[in-house]
Amino acid sequence: MKTKLTLLLIVVLTISSFGGVALTQDMSEVQILYWQASSILNPYLSGGTKDIDASAIVLEPLANWAPDGSLNLNLASEVPTLENGGISEDLTSITWNLRDDIVWSDGSPFTAEDVVFTWEYCTHPEAGCVQADEFVGVVSVEAMGMHSVTVTFDAPKPNPFRPFVSHIQPILQKAQFGECIGAEMAACSDANFAPVGTGPFIVEEFRPNDVVTYVRNPNYRDADMGKPAFDRVVFKGGGDAESAARAVLETGEADYAWNLQIAPAVLDSMEAAGNGQVVVAYGQAIETIWINGTDVNPDNPNRSVYMADGSNAHPFLSNKAVRQAMSMAIDTNILAEQLYGRSGKATCNFINSPASNVSPNTSCDQDIAGANAVLDEAGVVDSDGDGIREYMGHALRVQYQTSTNAVRQNTQALIKQWWGEIGIDTELRNIDAGVFFGGDPASPDTYQKFYSDVEMYTTGSSSPDMESLLSNNRCGQAPGPDNNWTGSNIIRFCNADYDAALDELSQTAGQDARAAVIIRLNDILVQEYALIPLVYRSSASSAYANSLGGVDINGWDSEMWNIEDWYRADM
Amino acid sequence: MGKYFVRRLLTAIPTILVISFIIFAIVDLSPSDPTSNLPMTIPPEVRAKVREALGADDPFVVKYIKWLNQFFIAEPLNLIETSFGITFPGSEERARVISWATRGPVIDIIAQRLPQTLWVVGSSYILGVLIAVPVGIYSAYRQYSIFDQVGTFLMMVGFSVPTFFTGLMFIIVFSVNLKWFDSVYDTTLVVTDIDTLRQQLNQMIMPVTVLTLYTTAQMSRYTRASTLENLQQDFIRTARSKGLTERVVVGRHVVRNSLIPVVTLIALGIPGIFAGALITEQIFRINGIGQYLIIAIQGGDLPTVQTVTFIFAVLVVLFNIVADVLYGILDPRVTYT
Repeated sequence: MKTKLTLLLIVVLTISSFGGVALTQDMSEVQILYWQASSILNPYLSGGTKDIDASAIVLEPLANWAPDGSLNLNLASEVPTLENGGISEDLTSITWNLRDDIVWSDGSPFTAEDVVFTWEYCTHPEAGCVQADEFVGVVSVEAMGMHSVTVTFDAPKPNPFRPFVSHIQPILQKAQFGECIGAEMAACSDANFAPVGTGPFIVEEFRPNDVVTYVRNPNYRDADMGKPAFDRVVFKGGGDAESAARAVLETGEADYAWNLQIAPAVLDSMEAAGNGQVVVAYGQAIETIWINGTDVNPDNPNRSVYMADGSNAHPFLSNKAVRQAMSMAIDTNILAEQLYGRSGKATCNFINSPASNVSPNTSCDQDIAGANAVLDEAGVVDSDGDGIREYMGHALRVQYQTSTNAVRQNTQALIKQWWGEIGIDTELRNIDAGVFFGGDPASPDTYQKFYSDVEMYTTGSSSPDMESLLSNNRCGQAPGPDNNWTGSNIIRFCNADYDAALDELSQTAGQDARAAVIIRLNDILVQEYALIPLVYRSSASSAYANSLGGVDINGWDSEMWNIEDWYRADM
Repeated sequence: MGKYFVRRLLTAIPTILVISFIIFAIVDLSPSDPTSNLPMTIPPEVRAKVREALGADDPFVVKYIKWLNQFFIAEPLNLIETSFGITFPGSEERARVISWATRGPVIDIIAQRLPQTLWVVGSSYILGVLIAVPVGIYSAYRQYSIFDQVGTFLMMVGFSVPTFFTGLMFIIVFSVNLKWFDSVYDTTLVVTDIDTLRQQLNQMIMPVTVLTLYTTAQMSRYTRASTLENLQQDFIRTARSKGLTERVVVGRHVVRNSLIPVVTLIALGIPGIFAGALITEQIFRINGIGQYLIIAIQGGDLPTVQTVTFIFAVLVVLFNIVADVLYGILDPRVTYT
């Protein structure tokens, strides 16, 4: 008996002695938790957010997008404009003046040569550079002296702020990556795991797919201003979103947790613990219903293929009244509030940001009676009494596909019900995201192949300029067998006014003038009901502890974009 | 015996080769794409370039032969070089197994991760066996006693409740509510003094307990069944009728015979230690082999999946041989010819 008691006592004492160590918050260290672990610190070899964010702590672009969609300068000394001559009159080149006081973390000076090298590095034909698309249309990148670099395009670019802007394409050090060009890219794991940068921190240790530790960069340009405030950063990966949120909001083990795609109710209850808060950032990400403009009958040899003569148009979705009624039947407010919570807002527009681009000309309140009236008026009526309307002998039965995801399946169920109320029968289908977005041309289930009447997914733009997003729907870019199903015009849309407006946009400089054209483009898409915008989704949602100050979450760039401004707040 | 062992080792070679082919083929034929996780804004032409640079679109046979060369020739040579500090000619050009996600050698990452897995899964395994064997024997010896009933109940719970549930429950009770233990495993922690040792134990307690519960449940049921079987044997009755003490009867005659199959089971379970604990490692963010495999599968990183799975297969084959040999040593009734 006595020995048992002693044993028990020892056990209790040992356990209690472990207690308490869990919550030592280090004043000089910030703990960041990503539930996807970073696997490489070179954004040119990986497009994953986890990798871009982990490298953004070290590597910097010339400038990046701030949360409001404006430019924030990093290595450049001023924003090039037409007025200061940074942008040429014919809009075909942009000249960046670089700061002359920047040094790499190893002490060597940062020059225009590094910028030129970065372009060569990514555009090498054997490289397989993930960000190659950012440099499309760039003819040359030339150093104009030590601290000036000119990017020349093959055609006028009214928005030249793409190459070297944003943390997806930061500047690499020529001295470090010089040998790693082309096919040698992958052989440089030392450089890829610990790039030398100009940013506020230096990689101390990188464990692939697990954790990155950083220490303060003594050569950082604002070091004399006390930046960064932290001596160390621990960037831990792995696990799942829910436990990452818990570690910040409930147990206080971490300061920052990334991308919390969790049910709103769960997040609310965690936040109620009072240790931290959840923040969301909005960029351009729209959950959209895409309406197929072509016939998708399985017996059709040209299933889902666009024909310029209109011979392969969808039997009833080519009728605008049907599309309009489908749009009118949907209550986007319910979708946003019930299914997205704080991570989504109801929207009537395809383009929702920055504020100047948002069209005031659209509306989308739910109107079931109105939708029924529109269909009746267009002669789309239920002639055989089965509850489903017909148009030219075709019953309005649609197949509605999306990727497998709880929120999307709930959205589908609601919309199926609403469409049922206007006499449209909906068959729901969900496909594994890896297949749906996988782009395998042999698979019948990809979103590009679009072997269904309507489909739903989110599309977006990584920069505040909407030109490339809107250009996706240009006539002639529909996916089909001739381009191995890789076209960008998913809805097989063809509208002369739209293409003319796109041409105009590509010639228009100046933010206000561009916004006017962008609004016109948006209105054509929305008012033709070529697609139905549902929810304006947040591009980022993260949690941070109350003791962490300076966080300014960014929907246009890496969330780590301003980590040099983070500090330990007094509690 | 020695001859048997050599023969088994030799037959293992074609087995392993066949396994390597099957694993490689299954993984390669699976509809997975290393570029599928890239943001949708990255166009298909760029994706095609990336796949080309990775060699993902090479014909199957080319990829398989390349991988065989990397795994069976380049990697062992590299291992010899690094462990003995010598350099063979052609060391620079030798193609090692390269991960598509990290663009670094897969084996290096496995080596980096193995210690964590061995620590956590290994210690839970040892702990599990140490608890399970006495519990199983005593349960059988006092069959249908309160101890046996309670033990059976607990073991059934441990066996049937999945680790992702117990892990989560532990985190909510001990991390969120009581704030005793860490829920995030600090893999950068280096044990240098009492304080860091305490920290290491602190973060290991929950994952180890979760896994121990499972191992104990499995092993103790097995030990109990095996002991029960032996308790009813004629030679036990004989031992009792000879007037031997219970201690000798149970300790020498029952336990010894009962543990033979248990030892085999333990040996067969050892490859599992190296494979890591997929779910538990994921929940507690331990950078072990199991977590690595999950990340690689999610990322479509086929060379990693193939290599990790294959190493696991080799270990299973080897420990099967070990188990068979152990059986022969422990049980004189078994002879190998």
